[in-house]
Order: sequence, then structure tokens, then C-alpha cells
Amino acid sequence: MKNLVTQLSSIEIKAKESLTKIPLKLEVHYNFIQNFFTDVARVAIFTGRFFKETISPPYEVNELLKQCYFIGYKSLPLVGITGFIMGLVFTIQSRPTLAEFGAESWLPSMISVSIVREIGPVITALICAGKIGSGIGAELASMKVTEQIDAMEVSGTNPFKYIIVTRVVAATIMLPVLTVFNDVISMFGSFAGVNLKGDVSFYLYFAQAFAHLDFLDVVPSLAKTFFFGLAIGLIACYKGYNATNGTEGVGKAANSSVVVASLMVFVIDIIAVQITSLFY
Amino acid sequence: MEALLKDIHEATDALHHPQNVVVEMQHLKKSFGKNEVLKDINIKINKGENLVVLGKSGSGKSVLIKCMVGLISHDEGSLVVLDKNMDELNSKELNAIRKKIGFLFQSGALYDSMTVRENLAFPLRDAKDMSKEEKTALIEEALKNVGLSATIDKMPSELSGGMRKRLGLARTLILKPEIMLYDEPTTGLDTITSKEISELILEVQKKYNTTSIIITHDMSCAKIVANRMIVFKEGVIAAEGTYNQLENSKDEWVKSFFQ
Repeated sequence: MKNLVTQLSSIEIKAKESLTKIPLKLEVHYNFIQNFFTDVARVAIFTGRFFKETISPPYEVNELLKQCYFIGYKSLPLVGITGFIMGLVFTIQSRPTLAEFGAESWLPSMISVSIVREIGPVITALICAGKIGSGIGAELASMKVTEQIDAMEVSGTNPFKYIIVTRVVAATIMLPVLTVFNDVISMFGSFAGVNLKGDVSFYLYFAQAFAHLDFLDVVPSLAKTFFFGLAIGLIACYKGYNATNGTEGVGKAANSSVVVASLMVFVIDIIAVQITSLFY
Repeated sequence: MEALLKDIHEATDALHHPQNVVVEMQHLKKSFGKNEVLKDINIKINKGENLVVLGKSGSGKSVLIKCMVGLISHDEGSLVVLDKNMDELNSKELNAIRKKIGFLFQSGALYDSMTVRENLAFPLRDAKDMSKEEKTALIEEALKNVGLSATIDKMPSELSGGMRKRLGLARTLILKPEIMLYDEPTTGLDTITSKEISELILEVQKKYNTTSIIITHDMSCAKIVANRMIVFKEGVIAAEGTYNQLENSKDEWVKSFFQ
């Protein structure tokens, strides 16, 4: 028995020694993985709190409307210009290829299906990840480092409800609206592109464009934009609300909000495409 | 002589009577990781008292007042504020007690995206029983108290450092708090503005009979406002007394603050 204890303790000592000799590279990987999972857990807690605070009264309706104005209305010019150029360029680039097969008449329907199903929602979400994500991330981080969020808390206001819930809900509501706006403007851009080298009437173009669009094109693509908005809002708010290290932290929060939100847009898109493909 | 001593003892007993104590900390401890910031803090603060907290940067002064308002939770010990044990409060009760405590942040912590009027109206959002006119009157009164009536429609970015501090003070005073916490109220200000802020703190205390806890490195501010002072050294109270007592302390470290 005594021998066994001695053997066990020597094994323990050897194990501890070998553990301390783990190469630095492995340790770095371990820290990275640990930080990753800690971050995932924190985001999950943050998301859970968001849903809890969203459904429980009081509701900050005025602040929500204000945020809808800033996130939605103020993004219209950027989304509109991008949509118009996207439709125009897409049409100009696609026309020669379709012309080779003598399928130019398919151009309006091809453009409309591509834009409504995929390009419109994803491009709008990426623009919003850049504009809204960086805006919210920087604003909240700046509020955090200048103690404005603490000031709100000590005045007896729930800053999570006032700042986070309103921004995330506004982003979730406004993303589908902006996507529809982007889709419509893209179609006008495409119409302009068709008429650069041809003469197609407004009625004929849009009749062709809408002829091949059906319920399964519009509804799933709009449904996923709610999730895009939710993800952009949540990530930007999380990064801003948890910012540290003064002004350096503000820059980091804005930057990582855009990067992570853009990545999440693609991840959600892949999942959404897999789900919607089940219905085709 | 005996009669005089008796009077002094009676006065001291009255001041430390449980009804007069608004903040009581017993064996308060707080650590961040391995860094022990507050080590066994015991303080009683009386109603209407101006307590100045001195100490080097990183000695735990700001953590102390943040614990008092629930921004940071302490690890051990008990903290009773306005007869409420801070450990036993739910979020609703905590918010209710926070409305009775004003906190002036070092930077002023004004809401950048709001005008001066909106900044002052913000703490009144939950005052459903007040009419719009009453709120406006209260905002105008608060601004008048700090001499900033003309700035009502300006943005915080248009104000000077001293004006921002005064506005921060007006915003915290609008709820007429029973306790005021000042985190380095004169830092970054010129001598004249610092004196103005110090006199304003004293004026507020006299006008509203608030209890004030002031964290400062500014000895001229401390001289103007302090009824009592405590000196923090590495998370413990190293000295306590009036301004004059500490100025004449035999401890070289305590004396160094006054030089």
C-alpha cells in the first residue's frame, strides 16, 4: 500500500513537471480556446438578458422610435445608392453572357430573382454591419469609457433596457425595411442598365421581372433579414457595452463589431439557404 | 471643565446616534483578482456631514464610493446605506435607493447626444406624477443653482470643463438626493474654477442638508468642504480627523498630502 502511494505521488510529480513543460505555443492555443468559449458564454448571457428585458415592461417606446429613425431613415441614402449601382452593374455585367446564349429577354427575371433572394438581403446586411455596427459599437463604447452608462445606472435608469434593447430591436425591425428599399432601388438600377444599350419599356421590364418571382422567393429572404438585424444589433451592442481600455477600446469595439457582425451575416445566410432549400 | 467635556461627549453621541448615521460600512472588503483594493474598511458617515477621502491613485477611494451606489459589489463585510443593507436589495429596491444618492463623476459623465435640457430631464423620466411644467421649472431651478441658465439648449460639447462639472452637479441635484458622492470634482480645473466648485459643494450641502463624500487630491478643495477627513493607504484607513488635525499629524506620510 505504501509502495502504491509512493508510486502515485511520483507519477503526480512527473505529471506536474511535464505540464509545466508544455510548449508556449500550446499554452497560447489553450488561452485562445478558453477566451473563445468564455466570450461565447458571455454573448449567450447577454442575448438571454436582451430577450428578458425586451419582454418585460416598462417599454422605452420613444427611444425605440428615435433609434428606428437613426438606424433606418438615416441609412436610406447609403442603401439606396448602393442598391442602384448594384442593380446597374449587375445588369451591365450579365448582359453579354446572356446575349451569347440569345437569352437577353431573361435578364429582368434573372436580376430580380438574384436580388430578391440573395444579393439584396446580404448586401444590405453588410452595409448595415458597417454603418450601424460601427456606429452602435463606437457610441456605446464611448459611453462606457466616459462613464455615461454608469451615470445612467446611478440615476435609477436601467441602461440595458434604455440603450441595448432599443438599438437591437430597432436594427431587427429596420433591416427588412431597408432590404425591401434596396431591392426596389436595385430593380430601378437594373432597368437603367437595360436601357443603356436598348429600349425596354418600364411596364415590360417590371412585368418580366415580377413574372418569375413567387412567394418562396420573397418570404424566406425577408425572414432572414430579421435575423441579420438581430445579429448586427446584438454584436455591436455587446462589443460596445463591454468595451474597456479608454479610447483604444472605442476603436477596437467599433472594428470588432463590424468584423464579427459581417461574419455572422454570412453564417446566418448559409443556415437560411440550407433551410429554405428544403422547400424547393 | 467637566461640564464642557460632558457637553462634547453628548454632542458626539448625538452625532453618532443610529438615526444620524446614513452610511455604515463594517469590515468591507473588495478584490479584483489577486489585487485586494479594500481591506477591512469600517466607516460611519453622519447626516449632513462632509467627509473628504484622501489617498494616492489606486488606493481604493473610487471603488469605495462605487460600492456605496451599487456600481461595484463588495466581496465581504456589510454596507448599510440609508438604513438599507445593500446586500439584500433587489434591482427595484436598488434603483429606489439610487434615486436618493447623487453621484458626480470625475468627467461629469454628461450624455453627449443630449442637450443640457435633456441631460437634466433624464433623471426625471420616471417621475410620472410630475407635469411637464413642473419638470421644466425644476430643470430651470437646477441650472440657476449652478449659474448655467443660459446654456439650457446647448450641447455638452459646447461647454467648458468647469461648466460640464457644474452641469453634472445640477443633474445629480435635480432629484434632491440625501447623499452626494463626488469623485474628484475639481480634477483638471484651474484654481479659480476649482474654488467655485468647492464653494458650490458647500452651498449644496447647506441648502439641501445633504451628506457628502468627496474624493479629492485637491487640498484647497478639502480645506473648504471637509468636516472630517479620512486618508486611504493601500486599501485601509491610515488616518482620520479634521483638516487641521491631519495637517498637524506627526505621520510624515499623512503630512505629505498637505505639502
